[in-house]
Amino acid sequence: MQKRFVSIWFRHLTTDWLTLRRPALKELPFVFAAPERNRIVITAANALAEKQGISVGMAAADAKAIVPSLEVIDEIPGQADKLLKALGEWCIRYTPLIAIDLPDGLILDISGCAHLWGGERAYLGTIIKLLRSKGYDARGAIADTVGAAWAVARFAKVKPIIEPGGQKDALLSLPPAALRLDSLILERLQKLGFYTIKSFIGIGRSVLRRRLGQNFLVRLDQALGNADEPLQLLQPIEPYHERLPCLEPIRTATGIEIAIKQLLENLCRRLEGEGKGLRTAILKCYRVDGEIAEASIGTNSGSHHIDHLFKLFELKIPTIEPALGIELFTLDAPKVEDVLPGQEVLWSPEGCGLDDVALAELLDKLANKVGASSIRRYLPQEHHWPERSIKPARTLQEKRATAWRTDRPRPSLLLPRPERIDVMVKLPDYPPNFFIYKGEKHTISKADGPERIEREWWLESGEHRDYYYVEDQDGQRYWLFRLGHYSEETSPQWFIHGFFA
Amino acid sequence: MPDSKQDIISKLRKNILHWEGFRPPQAGNAGTFGLGAIEAAFPNGVFPVGTIHEMLCPAPEQTAATAGFIGGLLAVLMKKGGACLWISTSGKLFPSSLMAFNVEPDRVIFVDLKKEKDVLWVMEEALKCEGLAAVIAELQDISFAQSRRLQLAVESSKVTGFLLRTDTRKVGTTTCVARWQINSLPSELEDGLPGVGFPRWQVDLLKVRNGNPGCWQLEWKDGSFVPIEEKAAIAETYVRKAG
Repeated sequence: MQKRFVSIWFRHLTTDWLTLRRPALKELPFVFAAPERNRIVITAANALAEKQGISVGMAAADAKAIVPSLEVIDEIPGQADKLLKALGEWCIRYTPLIAIDLPDGLILDISGCAHLWGGERAYLGTIIKLLRSKGYDARGAIADTVGAAWAVARFAKVKPIIEPGGQKDALLSLPPAALRLDSLILERLQKLGFYTIKSFIGIGRSVLRRRLGQNFLVRLDQALGNADEPLQLLQPIEPYHERLPCLEPIRTATGIEIAIKQLLENLCRRLEGEGKGLRTAILKCYRVDGEIAEASIGTNSGSHHIDHLFKLFELKIPTIEPALGIELFTLDAPKVEDVLPGQEVLWSPEGCGLDDVALAELLDKLANKVGASSIRRYLPQEHHWPERSIKPARTLQEKRATAWRTDRPRPSLLLPRPERIDVMVKLPDYPPNFFIYKGEKHTISKADGPERIEREWWLESGEHRDYYYVEDQDGQRYWLFRLGHYSEETSPQWFIHGFFA
Repeated sequence: MPDSKQDIISKLRKNILHWEGFRPPQAGNAGTFGLGAIEAAFPNGVFPVGTIHEMLCPAPEQTAATAGFIGGLLAVLMKKGGACLWISTSGKLFPSSLMAFNVEPDRVIFVDLKKEKDVLWVMEEALKCEGLAAVIAELQDISFAQSRRLQLAVESSKVTGFLLRTDTRKVGTTTCVARWQINSLPSELEDGLPGVGFPRWQVDLLKVRNGNPGCWQLEWKDGSFVPIEEKAAIAETYVRKAG
């Protein structure tokens, strides 16, 4: 389709905004100024000030000398960006594809939009008229390329709508600054005597590249339509988005259920056709009173299974507050991934392994109710330090990289933090005779050890642990350790770290 | 006539067992748990799978012993490639230890929860998932109604469930097929060698539906259960008439 772009130029963006905030400034010449290299430089001037010969880039002191009544206001950093964002969001009613063009413009991709307003002339007229009636001094232009629209909006003295394919003719009479070039290149062009684009457009590309650099050629190509110019959109488009407007506001759980089912059906049909599955989905319910109720779900692996996804949303329905009623449901899938079509098995396996769909769906359901962080699977890690010998697996299918160690006894229960115990030890480097844990005395009858585990000095500092596998008089088995060495003055501390089967 | 009456009664008994979920032993499947005399305590002489077992473990030492015992059972249950869910509020189970019981710890999914209420919900949802090898849940207490919900879930899915009950002060009736208590026993080494021997447990089967409660001693040795024979006589004294 033929691409068409609108470039809107706000000639006095920040000053117009301040005039709207403080109507008293309407009759006064005023400027915004900011310190730059030890002097105060004007960054924006309103129309009245410009009429009296004040321009951007002038020192504030000079401007004051020209117009003694000039009001100098400190610049608000980031204000232009904020204003453009707000204006861009307002413009979304005209086209969904809007990009900010700092410092003072907007770019609208209007391909296929203008006919709704009765042609491009009426379309541009509507936008500009509305913006002007709001108090912003805006100029706009329509062309096939962003570059051409930008140039025409700012520099052309003719009609602002360039016919399809006519951007070259439109650009010819414009100054080189219309190509969005660096000041350095502009200065060089000025020195060479190129005052209009016409004067250098016919020169060979290699010559231009040698004199003015690659960037110059890119800008020229973008303006002429020989090179693509990607836009950074204000609101990136959700590729998977479903809407369901309701005739009557919906207030019941049953109604919400039906709405979710319909949305899922449409979304899943599309996902299935494209061989994709969703990982996260966000349901937004626009209420009559202007509030938006949200519910989101996540899955372990891409899914386009309607029943399963509906079950996940079913858990969230009680959290959706319909209040006076919901008039619009939207369903977004911001994260999707490729799903391999499941291979049919001739004999269904008796067990449900980790890559089974039923298990993945169960875990999705659990994760959406109790939180994904509480569901863990562990893989071995090559560390001797017990707390670091396991690591949580990132995905359900992740395979272990190293084997589980079985050469050393490890307790069935491991305390999250080792707990202090009081012990009686006859000889250093021997297991204790008895220990007292939680007020109970355990006399040790059998013991294995010590197994010395050094702290990993490249990860943390501290003393080593000497582990003993001990059994008390009742046959209960424990994992105790001694922290550090014996020394002249102090005896090391003992801890209990686990319970053996 | 008395003969036929006997026949009818035995047939009815069999039917009752069948309706309650006990299946006659299948060829090649029987006795794979290696529990020896313990399996004989159950109806048909088969360790019941696809039902819920209740384990009493008030102290962490008993929880550890129970975890070991369950580990031994899991090794058989997970042989078919199924995964297993371990639900708890304490999160103390150390995955590496399961390897000693021939269970691959990376096939066990741990669910660590904060609320007791969530444990029951997660367990019920998990028990409904057909094909899981086992679902183990640590919780304080369970009421009869709650246990009935779990029972209904396993009846259709045939998943084996284990409940580790930490609060044993008031143990009411539940629908669980068996109630166990596992305690550690002093290990024994041949010839008085130093060190700790193979894990050894006192297994008390306190309650069993349509079976004979009793107590036995077991050892976990070289990857299988080894019943300790000389103490087996105790079991005889506990035998109660079936029915």
